[in-house]
Amino acid sequence: MKPVLLIDFGSTYTKVTAVDVDAPRLLGTANSYTTVQTDIMNGLADALSKLEKKTGRLDFCERYACSSAAGGLRMLASGLVPELTAEAAKTASLGAGAKVLKTYAFKLTEDDAEEIRAINPDIFLLVGGTDGGNSETIVYNAKILKEIGGDFPVILAGNRNAARECERILSGREVHICENVMPKFGVLNIEPAQREIREVFLNRIVRAKGLTQASELIKGIMMPTPSAVMDAMKLLAEGTQSQKGLGDLVAVDVGGATTDIYSVAEGLPDDPRTSLRGLPEPYIKRTVEGDIGMRYSIRGIIDAAGLERVAQTAGLTPERLSEIVDMFAENTDMLPYDDETLRADEALASWAVRVAVTRHAGRLEEIFGLGGLKLVQTGKNLVNVDKFIVTGGSLIHTEHTRDIASYGFYDEEEPGSLKPKQCDVLVDRSYIIAAMGLLSKNYPDAALTILKEELKTETR
Amino acid sequence: MEKKTLVIGVIGADVHAVGNQILYHAFTDAGFNVINLGVMVSQEEFINAAIETNADAILVSSLYGQGELDCRGLREKCDEAGLEGILLYVGGNIVIGKQPFDEVEKRFLAMGFDRAFPPGTPPEVDIEDLRKDLHIEE
Repeated sequence: MKPVLLIDFGSTYTKVTAVDVDAPRLLGTANSYTTVQTDIMNGLADALSKLEKKTGRLDFCERYACSSAAGGLRMLASGLVPELTAEAAKTASLGAGAKVLKTYAFKLTEDDAEEIRAINPDIFLLVGGTDGGNSETIVYNAKILKEIGGDFPVILAGNRNAARECERILSGREVHICENVMPKFGVLNIEPAQREIREVFLNRIVRAKGLTQASELIKGIMMPTPSAVMDAMKLLAEGTQSQKGLGDLVAVDVGGATTDIYSVAEGLPDDPRTSLRGLPEPYIKRTVEGDIGMRYSIRGIIDAAGLERVAQTAGLTPERLSEIVDMFAENTDMLPYDDETLRADEALASWAVRVAVTRHAGRLEEIFGLGGLKLVQTGKNLVNVDKFIVTGGSLIHTEHTRDIASYGFYDEEEPGSLKPKQCDVLVDRSYIIAAMGLLSKNYPDAALTILKEELKTETR
Repeated sequence: MEKKTLVIGVIGADVHAVGNQILYHAFTDAGFNVINLGVMVSQEEFINAAIETNADAILVSSLYGQGELDCRGLREKCDEAGLEGILLYVGGNIVIGKQPFDEVEKRFLAMGFDRAFPPGTPPEVDIEDLRKDLHIEE
């Protein structure tokens, strides 16, 4: 037996997962409530003792950790045109596991500057212009950042012709220059910026978030938790050299404050004559809906889906649902306690899934012109994806997971929304996805075996 | 001398791809940096591409007769987006039916285009005008 420990430092929980990489199998999981940053080591010790009560004493050979503690990796980004470089900056940051608090476009205003100063992000991603293209805006924005003060690092990933000038303007601040997120018009190049974000996270953020003490104990690979989830989903889809993966998939994580959607798929049109609009889509894409969550952002679900519709799904009157929503919004750690609150919770989760997957998935439009019918696709085509992974408290602690998840499927009444049509629903009942992402760095085969074993399929 | 950047494409719901492709090659061979947006391009897409690439000119093609509708307001939107004074060309079968081209040209110039080209204009003509308008010395 070769036990390995995987730790997820969350904002409210420290979660530990023990696996035996020889077998390979899951040995056990445990978590501990952590209230403040300074508690992080206590939280870990507490979670470990709970774990060892279940598994018996374990001599861990290796320990790896990811973190979303202290608000996660808090980022701001700015680009030029909202649909182009600003969108590319946001996509890059989300894909690196960051929590993107805001994305700015065009020139930063005085109000923006004040807001940036107040937010004081962990990293600012400054982009804009294609290589050889517009440099005026990125240079202007660098000057604004210079005046803002604070010591947050800036990653420069815009027009390469302006990079050095921006670096000089920002002298005195930690600046990292990398390749442009959009080197040529319509070409997305986000990996270099993402590598830089992870690098800065490791070298700097881990220290700042009070995780140094922990990192001495841990062999390494600290990464933001969403990054670990992405790694796990990539592994599950693609497999390893010796094991087949499951193929294209969509994963949904409905949390208290946000709903994260991941897709691993090229997402190209079914009909090759379809023309593609907008930015090219990354093969592994993460989107975060900041207004869709089961507690802190519960009202956002109602705003997006409509009170009547959610009430109908729950089988409650709109008035009663409204009361329950208010109660959950005020008591963010409250769990459903009777039939009505459970029905409300499940209906809200269903619509959270519907709204978030609809926003994540691409759209297909039919345009009638002089040349006849033309198809235009924006975003990713997920219609043919047949694996739907589900994680997050509201979805893994109910028996109705498949029903809730099906709200994220293709709907005949909304044929333009390219959501998955026929899916197996795989449920992360033991909540191990992030841990397997961590494990996959050095033990991809063990991580994949355990994922396949632990993700329970809800039959069609 | 630094290459001048052109944004080209076919506006509106128009799917005529061939002429645009010929223009792409002709302009590239003539030493321009060409951003080709392809067919079915909206006014906003022309403008966004011109902003990010700091383009020197936008060249709009229209082959299906709806050019007048599709092009209306493009100059004003360019001004609004900070692209004041950007060179705007239009060409192709830009109106329906057989109308005297000098009248058509007048209407498009009044809409804010710097030049309008009749059907069948060889790319060399555009290239020569571009060189003139962008002050490119050979």
